[in-house]
Amino acid sequence: MKFDNIKDVRRLRFRGLFQHIVLIFFSLIALFPIALIIMNSFKLKKYIFAAPFALPNAKTFSLIGYETVLQRSNLIINFENSIIVTVVSLFFILFFGSMAAFALSGYKFRGNAFLGFYLSIGIMIPIRLGTVSLLKLMSSLGLVNTLIGLILIYIAQGLPLTIFILTSFMSQIPDELKDAGRIDGASEYRIYSLVLPLVKPAIGAIGIFTMIPIWNDLWFPLIVAPSARTATITLGVQQFLGQYVSDWNAVLSALVLAMVPILILYLIFSRQMIRSVTAGAIKA
Amino acid sequence: MLDLHGRRTFPAFLVVFLGPAIVCYTLFMMYPLVESLVLSFFSVQPDNSYVFSGFANFVKLFTDSDMAPRFWGALKNNLFFFFIHMLVQNPIGLLLASLLVTKGKGRGFYRTVLFMPTVLSVVIIGFIWQLILNPLWGVAESMMRIVGLGKFFQPWLGLPEYALPTTALISVWQFIGIPMILFYTALIGIPDELIEAAVVDGCTESQVFWRIKFPLILPTIGIVSVLTFVGNFNAFDLIYTMKGALAGPSYSTDIMGTLFYRTFFGQQLQLGNPSMGATVATMMFLIILIGVLLYMFLFQRRVKTYQL
Repeated sequence: MKFDNIKDVRRLRFRGLFQHIVLIFFSLIALFPIALIIMNSFKLKKYIFAAPFALPNAKTFSLIGYETVLQRSNLIINFENSIIVTVVSLFFILFFGSMAAFALSGYKFRGNAFLGFYLSIGIMIPIRLGTVSLLKLMSSLGLVNTLIGLILIYIAQGLPLTIFILTSFMSQIPDELKDAGRIDGASEYRIYSLVLPLVKPAIGAIGIFTMIPIWNDLWFPLIVAPSARTATITLGVQQFLGQYVSDWNAVLSALVLAMVPILILYLIFSRQMIRSVTAGAIKA
Repeated sequence: MLDLHGRRTFPAFLVVFLGPAIVCYTLFMMYPLVESLVLSFFSVQPDNSYVFSGFANFVKLFTDSDMAPRFWGALKNNLFFFFIHMLVQNPIGLLLASLLVTKGKGRGFYRTVLFMPTVLSVVIIGFIWQLILNPLWGVAESMMRIVGLGKFFQPWLGLPEYALPTTALISVWQFIGIPMILFYTALIGIPDELIEAAVVDGCTESQVFWRIKFPLILPTIGIVSVLTFVGNFNAFDLIYTMKGALAGPSYSTDIMGTLFYRTFFGQQLQLGNPSMGATVATMMFLIILIGVLLYMFLFQRRVKTYQL
């Protein structure tokens, strides 16, 4: 575009400024509550109330809340449980999901379309609606209050979308590539292991998007594994906050401890996350 | 696959590839879903056995003097919860997305910040806002005073007429990132040449948006709407965290998720009832199904007409 007169230039500059103002405004709304909690978690109780908007300084600084949380809560165990549940579920979702997607995208067989449809029902229908019989099933298998019970549910929950997305990525891989492998005498299993690295970016993105809801879930830990030994971080924090609701230092510190790991992970991967969403959409 | 005689076969390796996923998905997702639907036609006996009872559970849910007001109330609240998201979350998400696709400094930074609340757990978000709106701490009140609105502050979460809109807006605050990213993706997918051609032809900015961009992102509007619908009618964590299973004050924040939980597990003096819980879940299933079918009917056909 060419700008013939100074008026156009000025109008564009004004518009750029306006865009910044709107974006800054909404960014502040998004950041402020999080920043406020982090800031105040490092203050003495007196100053949390006297000067909530001030940054902690030498006079107001205190770690008393964090001490209470570490002594009184099971947060360490909760973290361990969450990490085990999330990592194991994620591994099996990606492993089983990529195998199924490989089969659905690579071979024409009887029932292919039906299986694709059957597996995609779970994308729209939330697994929570089956909770009543899921709990019955878990108790008949003796898996209530175990991490295995939670893991099995999360694998089932994560598979449909994973298979759907990976199938569309894998069907873009040219058949010649696979046929070349077959001519060299590779088995179908070997070909699967050759295809897998080619969809690595998609697997990474699905991994992150599957991980967050598992880590953050409250419903199934509350219903299937509520015991102190098996509570995940989301449930643990929820119970701790309910118990210590009047201890402001402890509440603020527990909130910070619960959100910091996911925030760090997000800040490291946010670029890849958003890039992969946009890349996937352009392809589709 | 075809064998030498042209017949379709099902080789062993396909069983290995598909087996684990299908077994897991069927056993822990589809089977419980179907059994749950079936259970809603049975009633639990005192000895924990189930007896077929036809539509009795549904009749009870719709007409019983204890249950019916809770069910219709939760449904009404849930619809309101959904409309707030449609009217506030999705338009602002679209606004933010259309600002993010403009060329300028710091777009990556804004995108990261605006999406941040979405990755946090609803439990954390619920508590953060509970603290901020708490009159004891007075953070919200003093912020409103700064902009001269101090006298309008009220303990919204405790007032029956304000509690539901307040929780809905907190949910909007958290999940604005999802429509934003989906719209952003759709907008950057629109070819530059298309916009340039329209500008050369003398289209004004609003014409470019309404005549070109809007029709092209219509499929995304459909996806965002159906995702919002399914998410809202499945919501539970936020209300449970902020208002407990009783969804107070006086059930004013009760939605389908909290009703389901209470019916299944019981509350205070009332015992839980698995088959009534399954009945509420079946209603949620039907509501979500209607939403999804409506989406497929309205949008899946339109998509084709606007495809390039």
